[in-house]
Amino acid sequence: MIKAVMVINTQGKPRLAKFYDFLTVDKQQELIRSVFGVLCSRAENVSNFMEADSIFGPDSRLVYKHYATLYFVFVFDTCENELAVLDLIQVFVETLDKCFRNVCELDIVFNYSKLHTILDEIVFGGQVLETSSAEIMKAVEEISKLEASSNSITLVPKTVSGWRNR
Amino acid sequence: MEQLKTIGRELAIGSQGGFGQSKEFLDLVKSIGEARSKAEEDRIVLSEIETLKRRIVEPDIPKRKMKEFIIRLVYFEMLGHDASFGYIHAVKMTHDDSLLLKRTGYLAVTLFLNEDHDLIILIVNTIQKDLKSDNYLVVCAALNAVCKLINEETIPAVLPQVVELLGHSKETVRKKAIMALHRFYQKSPSSVFHLVSNFSKRLCDNDPGVMGATLCPLFDLITIDVNSCKDLVISFVNILKQIAEHRLPKSYDYHQMPAPFIQIKLLKILALLGSGDKQASEQMYTVVGDIFRKCDSSSNIGNAVLYECISCVSSIYPNFKLLEAAADVIAKFLKSDSHNLKYMGIDALGRLIKLSPEVAEQHQLAVIDCLEDPDDTLKRKTFELLYKMTKSSNVEVIADCMIDYLININDNHYKAEIASRCVELAEQFAPSNHWFIQTMNRVFEHAGDLVKNKVAHNLMRLIAEGFGEDDDTADSQLRSSAVESYLRIIGEPKLPSIFLQVICWVLGEYGTTDGKFSASYVTGKLCDVADAYSNDETVKSYAVTALMKLYAFEIAARRKVDILPECQSLIEELSASHSTDLQQRAYELQEVIGLDAHAVECIMPLDASCEDIEIDKNLSFLNEYVQQSIEKGAQPYIPESERSGMLDISTFQNQNQHELSTHGLRFEAYELPKPSVPSSTPPLSLSSTTELVPVPERSYESEVQQTATVPSSSDGGLGFKLRLDGVQKKWGRATYSSSATSTNSGSQSTLNGVTHIDVASNVNSKAREASYDSRKTQVEISPEKQKLAASLFGGSSNSEKRVTSTGHKVAKGSSHVSKSTVVPTTDVAVEKTPPVQPPPDLLDLGEPTVKSGPSSVDPFMQLEGLLEPAQLSSNANPGLVVSTSAPDIMQLYADTLASGQSGSGFMYPLSSNRSDDNLVSGLANAATDPAHSLATATQPAQFSKGPNPKDSLEKDALVRQMGVTPLSQNPNLFKDLLG
Repeated sequence: MIKAVMVINTQGKPRLAKFYDFLTVDKQQELIRSVFGVLCSRAENVSNFMEADSIFGPDSRLVYKHYATLYFVFVFDTCENELAVLDLIQVFVETLDKCFRNVCELDIVFNYSKLHTILDEIVFGGQVLETSSAEIMKAVEEISKLEASSNSITLVPKTVSGWRNR
Repeated sequence: MEQLKTIGRELAIGSQGGFGQSKEFLDLVKSIGEARSKAEEDRIVLSEIETLKRRIVEPDIPKRKMKEFIIRLVYFEMLGHDASFGYIHAVKMTHDDSLLLKRTGYLAVTLFLNEDHDLIILIVNTIQKDLKSDNYLVVCAALNAVCKLINEETIPAVLPQVVELLGHSKETVRKKAIMALHRFYQKSPSSVFHLVSNFSKRLCDNDPGVMGATLCPLFDLITIDVNSCKDLVISFVNILKQIAEHRLPKSYDYHQMPAPFIQIKLLKILALLGSGDKQASEQMYTVVGDIFRKCDSSSNIGNAVLYECISCVSSIYPNFKLLEAAADVIAKFLKSDSHNLKYMGIDALGRLIKLSPEVAEQHQLAVIDCLEDPDDTLKRKTFELLYKMTKSSNVEVIADCMIDYLININDNHYKAEIASRCVELAEQFAPSNHWFIQTMNRVFEHAGDLVKNKVAHNLMRLIAEGFGEDDDTADSQLRSSAVESYLRIIGEPKLPSIFLQVICWVLGEYGTTDGKFSASYVTGKLCDVADAYSNDETVKSYAVTALMKLYAFEIAARRKVDILPECQSLIEELSASHSTDLQQRAYELQEVIGLDAHAVECIMPLDASCEDIEIDKNLSFLNEYVQQSIEKGAQPYIPESERSGMLDISTFQNQNQHELSTHGLRFEAYELPKPSVPSSTPPLSLSSTTELVPVPERSYESEVQQTATVPSSSDGGLGFKLRLDGVQKKWGRATYSSSATSTNSGSQSTLNGVTHIDVASNVNSKAREASYDSRKTQVEISPEKQKLAASLFGGSSNSEKRVTSTGHKVAKGSSHVSKSTVVPTTDVAVEKTPPVQPPPDLLDLGEPTVKSGPSSVDPFMQLEGLLEPAQLSSNANPGLVVSTSAPDIMQLYADTLASGQSGSGFMYPLSSNRSDDNLVSGLANAATDPAHSLATATQPAQFSKGPNPKDSLEKDALVRQMGVTPLSQNPNLFKDLLG
């Protein structure tokens, strides 16, 4: 089971934090801090895996990937496969890239809720739900469409590209 | 002008893909982002929280505004601030009709609340309603909330709806409903126990995604009870076969791999089902072998599947061919440049080594390389592997490596773990007393107080008891070598407390036993310790007790006791100590010194620490005294449970707590305290042992007593049991037996496989030698590494002293075995090493098994039965209720495949969106080899994708357009993540 998903920037600021078991706000902060502490002490060109029993309790592993200014971190137990989770991160980031078109940290900062929507399509209640970024995109777009249509303002083009291309 | 601004803002708000928030929010995020320090950030957030507190309760807030408020709260909580004042508003938002608001509300509550929060009661009703909604997105949002917010008590409220959703027309909903049920199962297995059959039913779902989701709960079920799903083995194997043969729709492919995530889950399940079950395992061999062959080892995900195959192979009943294939893959992993793959390789090696120890020999140098790798994760994993492959021939090297590593670890948690492992290995495989004591000393020295108390107690017990054999000379040797080394170490500054306790205890018990050291020398040392560590009461009390023992032994031996002046002053100091425990010990010591030899012998018998102490719980020896007292008119003793008064402290505390929790007032008056009769109500623990055993040692003594009975039974040769009950009993046995006389050979073979490994490795030694030599000629490797490798893996070597000695040992052991009798040797080999040399019948994979167990169905029929799923399910799941019109999975897969799903090939839709194909190829590049993307990230950046300046500029412009000045000092924010 996946225990937590975090996105932390290289300065240690959390950009997204989702814990699949309830933790108090303070505990969450503590975990984010200690994870960041470990991550930034790791050299380049080492493996993307870590044993995290000292932070998250026995048998927890942590897989992270560094993209530009962000660390994407998944914490999980022995029921998942490290390499597969590494690819899951790739799926997550690819989806973000499709969604925001050349995703950068700024997109993530300003589209906090959308990030959650995407993540919820990938990981559901701690289990991997969907791993095809095309399918995820479809679902997310559908949600956006329906959300938009339930709004009063409908005169604006709905997609980024549409809006930018004007 | 003002109006224009508003319109601009509205425009920005309206666009869903853009930053759908108001300028205010963007400004806020920006200011938080620009905060230079945590304090500044806190200040901004706190003032914003104050504003929000005010504004959120205003009447008639536009919905969109409200949504943004909630998002802000979520954001603040992520930053670590308390936003509990807004929880109720988030709850209210879930009631809203608008999908946008409802989803935001659900998002917020799932992040804010836990399942036991008071507000949950307000949400359950909404969730119930939403689960029945026509809009599937509403249902999904509700299901999402269900996973997080429903606890054991509220499960029944939503369970019927969730179960109903298992038959929903949308596959996403079905998927999520299964996951929700799974979550219920995790939280409270009993509440959904009657629904477990639903999971296996959903395995036949039309949609492969739903089927994949079903594997998650099934995996959990199987983990808990393997036998519950044995009948599904055939189905799992068939599904895996179909996937491996690319019979799923293209949209399930990931990097040209067919549904790898589902494959991984299935392999995990098969590993569980096949473990220890030959019949089930035989059904899996073909498909696992296929996957080994087909898997693309150039992609990350392909390797993930391969790794899972290895785990599966090492868990199921061993098959020679598959083990070979697994060994090949491991070789590939270990030779790879990627640390990730090396890590997986080491892990896989650790799994496989149980079955075929000779695999490690091939990779000895790779393992040594990993041991010296700068990557800490890899190093740890390698130590785990070493731990698994330790045997008596290489324990010295491994323990040395571990201790060297131990010195350099900063992480206390891990340090403690390594220390305890090291101790465990030392106890299990120690080649000699001297080595053992030395190793323990080093561990204590470097790991200090991280060593668990239990380890220290084990060590003391071990020194006291010896190895449980009747070899008294060996025992006394162990003791005197311990005493000697401790007397040497004791003067060193800053020893950890726990180590000092051991030292004091051992010196007290055995300091003067062998007559090498005089009592005054040892007592002097002990006094020094008590002086040097005057803050540590435990050490002091150990030291005082040790002093008492030493003096007692002197008196008992009718020798003249001269108490050193520093001892005298210590005793005086302690008898005025604040600690009553120390005081008591000091007084006891004084009393003991005053007694005559005969009395002392009775109180402090020599080397009696291992004697069982019989505790007379009824205190029958006091009966006479009690009788006398009662006759004199004393009150009879009332047992604690029957007392209502406040006499006893523990009951007093209990009642106190009770009162606190109930907040009730006590109306009855306190009873008058009874005149205490000390002799009739003695605290049980004190009276029983005080005279003999000092206080802190009591726990240890009782431990001895508890475990004292165990060894006698385990001595009988229950090899398996040995591993379980405390390690110390195994200590030293292996080597001792290998050099012992032939009478021991019977028990030797049963000793947790240590010796049989030797035998096995001897059998394989020829092959190993050959491989080792060939490698040596191929590559020039530093002699140190070779040495290390040779000593670790027991490979034959020509130069190393230690290896020759161990080789000698092995040879000696084997020769002794062959000398005694040949028959038992082969017996050992056959009985103990079936994994190493699998029976030949395993090899014929193709041969259909005649006896197919309870279902008595021909396996081929079942394979064909795929085409007639009704038959399959009725055959394979006789106990399950399966809808008779269960649709043909394969047919459906094929159908969708033929019709060509629109979403297939997710790598390409990008190209339709973008004009420049370079970007796509860049992305594809990064995607196909994510393991290397780190390394290559910078190079392709220039030409393929890179931080596209155009896009960044656009985004920059967009931000400006909305009136937010970009964060000039942090241009990184615009960096493309995938660039």
